Amino acid sequence: MGEKGVKLFGTWASPFSLRVELALKLKGVEYEFMDEDLQNKSQELLHYNPITKKIPVLVHNGKPLAESTVIVEYVDEAWPNGYRIMPQDPFEKAQARFWAHFIEDKCLKAVFPVYTSTGEELNKAVKEAQETLKALEKALEGKKFFGGETIGYLDIVAGWMPYLIRMTEELAGVTVVDAGTLPLLNAWFDDFLDVDVVKSSLPPKDKLYAFNRARREKLQSGQKAH
Amino acid sequence: MASDDVKLIGAWASPYVMRPRIALNLKGVEYEFLEEKFGSKSELLLKSNPVYKKIPVLLHGGKPICESLIIVQYIDEAWSGHSILPSDPYHRAVARFWGHYIDDKWFPALTGISRAPTDEAKKEAIEQVFAGLKFLEEVLEKSGAGKPFFGGDTIGYIDIALGCNLGWLRATEKLSGLTYLDESKTPLLVCWAEKFSAHEAVKCVMPETDKLVEFAQMLKAKFSAPPSK
Repeated sequence: MGEKGVKLFGTWASPFSLRVELALKLKGVEYEFMDEDLQNKSQELLHYNPITKKIPVLVHNGKPLAESTVIVEYVDEAWPNGYRIMPQDPFEKAQARFWAHFIEDKCLKAVFPVYTSTGEELNKAVKEAQETLKALEKALEGKKFFGGETIGYLDIVAGWMPYLIRMTEELAGVTVVDAGTLPLLNAWFDDFLDVDVVKSSLPPKDKLYAFNRARREKLQSGQKAH
Repeated sequence: MASDDVKLIGAWASPYVMRPRIALNLKGVEYEFLEEKFGSKSELLLKSNPVYKKIPVLLHGGKPICESLIIVQYIDEAWSGHSILPSDPYHRAVARFWGHYIDDKWFPALTGISRAPTDEAKKEAIEQVFAGLKFLEEVLEKSGAGKPFFGGDTIGYIDIALGCNLGWLRATEKLSGLTYLDESKTPLLVCWAEKFSAHEAVKCVMPETDKLVEFAQMLKAKFSAPPSK
């Protein structure tokens, strides 16, 4: 096809499309962002991802890709010059991919109950989240970022945590990550949020909080109805 | 390069364990297979994979690598020879996507069939299994162009990711009476399944269907609770 350029289908609030945006920006790649309404997905999105019908979807010169972690690796390989996202060494790569899998498999599930619960359930959820996140600290030992001196693949994959966990803490009125409980992660939260490309890419705080305040209330009133 | 000492912790019935075994065979890498005893986990396994405590675990020069598809990618990158992933970044990404799909969506749907609490849930799971096979048939058709494998003339990443499930797929067909690999629905996959299972790097590590059926029946007897409605 004659289609040229880079298109990214995502949403302003999605931490998954944010991963891809961070990768593209680190590489200095120009792209067109297609902000989807997930309740009313565009024909274009469904055409490019008929399999899972989800965002993010990257379309590079007409060729589509889905699955955010896969797309981030692709961005690193398709634009091999410039910023290095993946580690070079095969063992280091395997470690990064392993922790990325752990984040997708366990961390999201561990934090979500903190977002939705109240009362005693909430206290339990906080403790369980802390236990899960503790394992991840192993990947930060002796390093400023998961990627070393600068952010890399695993920082990008874990990138939802610093701003979404802090937001969840504020909305739920709890502390999950602090210098006492998870010192390495706590320090990494601050360092990650201080990175220029992250600062310029995060969704607007007021909009994000308002959206999540409303969503949380809806989920909790739904729970009470049971 | 670290020591050539290569060990794989696994078990005969596990489809995930098959994956690195096939990859090592394709690369011609000699390794020591450390078979876990069913029902218990060895000290070595617990030490090598403290996060998940699961097989397979590859130990290369003593350094552990966990998660089957991550191990397969590691094997592809650490040893030269047969290329498991395509060389082109886009096709590599497509292969990785299907690996995710097979593990995150398709295989859970397959195992979900027998676990489904209602008839409705069971029907949905079965539909998802067939839908997934249909997608994969299209992938094979597009990438294949008459070639026997997803990887073309030789076995590649998607072949390994999907093919390792053939033993359990056939066992499930025997146990349930349902045919999943149906020549009228997915003819290319049926042909592919035969060729994959017969491949040099695969046939020695593919568990026998009857043994898996026996194993499944043993598991069911061991874990079945009294029936409740």
